[in-house]
Amino acid sequence: MTDARTQAAVETVIRLESARLIAGLARYTGDIGLAEDLAQDAVVAALEQWPGEGVPRNPGAWLMTVARRRAIDFFRRNTELAKKYAEIGRVLAAEEGSVQQDFDQAFADDIDDDLLRLIFTACHPVLSVQARVALTLRLLGGLTTAEIARAYLVPEPTIAQRIVRAKRSLAQAHVPVEVPDAADRPARLSSVLEVIYLIFNEGYSATAGDDWMRPGLCAEAVRLGRVLAQLAPAEPEVNGLVALLEIQASRIPARTDAAGAPVLLLDQDRTRWDRLLINRGLAALQKALDQGGERGPYVLQAAIAACHARAFRPDETDWPRIVTLYGVLAEVMPSPVVELNRAVAVSMAYGPQAGLELVDQLAAEPALRGYHLLPSVRGDLLRKLGRASEAQLEFARAAALTSNERERQLSADRAREAAAEAAPGN
Amino acid sequence: MKFFGYTLGDPNTPVGPASPEMYERMSAFVEEATKAGILLATGGLAPLSEAVKVKYSGGEFTVLDGPFAEAKELVGGWALMETRDVDEAVEWTKRFLTIAGDGESTIRQVYGP
Repeated sequence: MTDARTQAAVETVIRLESARLIAGLARYTGDIGLAEDLAQDAVVAALEQWPGEGVPRNPGAWLMTVARRRAIDFFRRNTELAKKYAEIGRVLAAEEGSVQQDFDQAFADDIDDDLLRLIFTACHPVLSVQARVALTLRLLGGLTTAEIARAYLVPEPTIAQRIVRAKRSLAQAHVPVEVPDAADRPARLSSVLEVIYLIFNEGYSATAGDDWMRPGLCAEAVRLGRVLAQLAPAEPEVNGLVALLEIQASRIPARTDAAGAPVLLLDQDRTRWDRLLINRGLAALQKALDQGGERGPYVLQAAIAACHARAFRPDETDWPRIVTLYGVLAEVMPSPVVELNRAVAVSMAYGPQAGLELVDQLAAEPALRGYHLLPSVRGDLLRKLGRASEAQLEFARAAALTSNERERQLSADRAREAAAEAAPGN
Repeated sequence: MKFFGYTLGDPNTPVGPASPEMYERMSAFVEEATKAGILLATGGLAPLSEAVKVKYSGGEFTVLDGPFAEAKELVGGWALMETRDVDEAVEWTKRFLTIAGDGESTIRQVYGP
């Protein structure tokens, strides 16, 4: 094997084992920050030894063994902390003898619970949304701060700082590393789902930068969703989110043209939608519905996405059903953005005038001020009604409001097209 | 990135049925890969001797029943994975082979539809 291959293999194994290692250590230490430090120590040891000696047969167990030895050393050196961690230290010392043995089984038995605890802790509402996102990608995704910084187009120290502060906030708030009890679970779970969906959306329509999509982030979010669906299979909203992500991800190949410019849903070549992902999404949606989740926000959004996924051609879309689903969504999760989407569906089901009347009711909505999709939708409806010069103004406004370069171009192009339609003699 | 992995073997070397122990370890492995979110689909294939070939040439179909003489055939099964990069697919394949035993797996990237 070449050195580069060996190095890649070592780094890959470490990345794959990272989340489980940190999750296991978080249970032993009750402290995510300490768990990550210990994991890092073990990773450094692996990077020193594995390239020469080869990757061990059970790399996860190897890393865990090294990390736990470091934990015991750490507690012995830090008598102050040792008091605080006295109980843990005793447990670890007692287990020290057995550490040498193959503890695959114990590792396997607890690892799902450990991961679930880690997800809930990393997504704790005491943290800002940005902090939750960074911590989740770092601890659960096993991404380096450099990789996260690249994905979010921010300097690496910004992400590093964010993660350090997040861990400090968790420690200061004495957030226990545990799965919340039944009373807190719905709210805490929705915080976890929000983080995964935000990661997906940042990849799906990047809010800044030259690319309209960053598929790496989408893939990361879909993977996290799939992991969560295995850890918490009985939660309808988890299955709803996974269904939504799979179906939205199925469109990624069709969402940009050869030059990387965005292609809108109704203009996409549907033969390029990934049928495997659609089927996975529809199956997850069915599971969520069987679990009684039909009024869950993610299940409803997945059901809407499924209406598009089931239509091989745009004119086969069941728009009245989409209008109904958006209506329910607006009840359970009132939001001007949902209303705007409902207006689009109404225009498709019942004509552009009906849609425009709804959009105009939203024009004064403060939450939509500065939201580029409002003028974009309004422009589209005006154009369909033959009011091209008004449409041109709306598209120009949409172009001015977005900070994504590809999206700006799309709106600018549509403004030009509308202008051409409005020109005399046309 | 999606990868399709499959294992080729010599059709003249019969592969015995999996021992209960191997079966158990393989089930645990499939569970692990599913829980890691990388395994999209997996399965086995019936032997090549039971295969059917459909040929189309000059507007005519020819349907041929096995057995077919092939130097190597797909054994042990296949898996469709979604991983961050090829290195991850290689690592998961190593873990598979550790359980399946001696053999050679091929990993090929799957392009979108």
